[in-house]
Amino acid sequence: MRNPTDLRLSKAGSTCQVSGRRLTVKALCALPVSLLLASHMAWAAPATSEVNTTGLAVTDDTVTVGILHSVTGTMAISETGSVQAEKLAIDQINATGGVLGRKIEYIQEDGASDWPTFAEKSKKLLVNDKTAAVFGCWTSASRKAVLPVFEQYNGMLYYPTFYEGLEQSPNVIYTGQEATQQIIAGIDWVVKEKGAKTFYLLGSDYIWPRTSNKIARKHIEKLGLTVVGEEYYPLGHTQFNSVINKIKLKKPDVIYAIVVGGSNVAFYKQLNAAGIKLPSEKPLLLTISVTEDEILGIGGENIEGAYAAMKYFQSLDNPNNKAFVQAFKDKWGKDIVIGDVTQAAYLGPWLWKAAVEKAGSFDIDKVRAASPGIELTTAPEGYVKIHENHHLWSKTRVGLAQKDGQYKVVFESADLIEPNPFPVGYQ
Amino acid sequence: MFDEYTMSELTSILAMQGFAGLILFSVLVLMALGLAIIFGQMGVINMAHGEFMILGAYVTYLTAKLFETYMPSLFDGYFFVAMGLAFLASFALGVLVEWCMIRFLFKRPLDTLLATWGLSLILQQLYRTIFGAREVGVTLPDWMMGSYALSETIEVPINGIFVMVLTLFISLCVYLLMFRSRWGKQVRAVVLNRPMAGAVGINTEKIDRYTFGIGCGVAGIAGSAFTMIGSTGPTSGQLYIVDTFLVVVFGGAQSLLGTIASAFTISQSQSTLEFFLSGSMAKVITLLLVVGILMLRPQGLFALKIRH
Repeated sequence: MRNPTDLRLSKAGSTCQVSGRRLTVKALCALPVSLLLASHMAWAAPATSEVNTTGLAVTDDTVTVGILHSVTGTMAISETGSVQAEKLAIDQINATGGVLGRKIEYIQEDGASDWPTFAEKSKKLLVNDKTAAVFGCWTSASRKAVLPVFEQYNGMLYYPTFYEGLEQSPNVIYTGQEATQQIIAGIDWVVKEKGAKTFYLLGSDYIWPRTSNKIARKHIEKLGLTVVGEEYYPLGHTQFNSVINKIKLKKPDVIYAIVVGGSNVAFYKQLNAAGIKLPSEKPLLLTISVTEDEILGIGGENIEGAYAAMKYFQSLDNPNNKAFVQAFKDKWGKDIVIGDVTQAAYLGPWLWKAAVEKAGSFDIDKVRAASPGIELTTAPEGYVKIHENHHLWSKTRVGLAQKDGQYKVVFESADLIEPNPFPVGYQ
Repeated sequence: MFDEYTMSELTSILAMQGFAGLILFSVLVLMALGLAIIFGQMGVINMAHGEFMILGAYVTYLTAKLFETYMPSLFDGYFFVAMGLAFLASFALGVLVEWCMIRFLFKRPLDTLLATWGLSLILQQLYRTIFGAREVGVTLPDWMMGSYALSETIEVPINGIFVMVLTLFISLCVYLLMFRSRWGKQVRAVVLNRPMAGAVGINTEKIDRYTFGIGCGVAGIAGSAFTMIGSTGPTSGQLYIVDTFLVVVFGGAQSLLGTIASAFTISQSQSTLEFFLSGSMAKVITLLLVVGILMLRPQGLFALKIRH
């Protein structure tokens, strides 16, 4: 599309023109005002040549970033919320003056739920569009597909989904939780508060549920408790009668379910129909894969009484979150619900803005160097901080599913939990 | 494998798994009947079958919303109205699709595959535009939730029984329609020899159109029933299409009885294996079984004897 040399030439040219024209207009109006404005703008917007030494898509007024999610295909159901959150964050940042005085513009690409397409589009965003940062991906498969591209062309990806861990890249900031932050705190809670002794692990059959259950099993066994069953079903599976029968026979204290996507809907509907009443607390159900988004499809009456361990719930009671939920609904409709990943996606643009401003530059290497230690006191989840390993310090919360589709927060870890993507003894 | 259970537990396992198998059987039959009519009787490979089901599911969702808002007192019975409407909507769309697409492709079965594949993508996008990308939740009346306890340890989900009864009813209707009515005789005549059927005065175009419509309508009813147990989203139809074709091909494409036999074999082996092995493993072994049998009997379990 554009090549870097052209870009720089045109930029230099437009700088002169714009400032020249601006000066004339302002001078005609009132000289003092113009001086004030000019000095203000000089402070807000440092020269492009200073803040962009590597030919990124930065002009005097704008900076271009990429949004890369599936808006078609099977993952569109989940990723729509992330796209909405990222656009909201970008709008809000622009409304408060942008980043280094530049308005954020975005180029949105569709990964189409297809991992090679993700890789191809990320290359386009980095090489052709020269985006200064990319917010995107959801499944681990899509992230693994784009990772080599981001590393080769030195881009910056803000990845929002809670995931299995075992990864750390200089080119990725992980704004969701890695496995240990979610699982261990959640299990400790059911053991301590509910006296759980036996667990039935259940998941969809791919890397995330399997790794998560591995960590869960290790932790359960470390506590001297028992796993009475562990089972996986293919993605998209809709018949859970057999496993429900097994659960009825084994009578575990906890059903630990990491089923994903449409299977979730089938699982909870059938669980309810089979007469396992979750609000009766035995067996209780703990999940790390059902957010408010999924409950829309499952139906509140089918999941009422289940517990979920994650870092964010729409019902969190703090001023940051109230403002976030309000803004989200104003922009995308009042009936919308906000899940854990949607909030994590919202953090991406804000964390990037903070890092750019700390670095005083859009250059990827400088942004990366500035990232560890970045704090966000305005995050809807409360407070977050980027760790050296590019994951976030965050709290784990346990929510109790309500009939209206919202979670009631019943537990919150006292401290922020340190991210640990390579947990020793859990692999 | 068995020693971890007591005798009475084993009995209830077998009973409950038997029921689970029967429910899965009913689900498979419901999914496959419509396709068996279209694929088996007309030779049209309908890749949009899942989307016709989802149309039925969305109609159910809309009906539920309508009753909730305007007629809450009648909510308990809405499901029957919804199934009727689901049939009508899918039937109407089926007739329309046949009229503007399928009828030009009867001599080219592989092209029906591509055309209906395209249709499925169009329908998915349409659903996404109208209902949004997220899944919608269909509320069920209270009487359809919960389970019925036969004994201390044996419980059967009520919506499972509902699906079974529905399957029985639909199968009976299809049977009467295809084998005990004048219409069915005409359909079978058209299937066996289209030019000859036309020559004896059967309006083959009309037969084709309504047969396709009925196949789609049955899919709509199936979709409506599946809102009880599965998910409803723009792409949910994709979840069903492979299993549906598996059932129809395994049973022998042209035989409706074969479809039922095939659904029974697949569901029973799947549900038994699921109990003693893991879910994924059960699926693999079931598929291997199907492939093995198809290697021995390429025409499927049942095949019509036709002279070629």
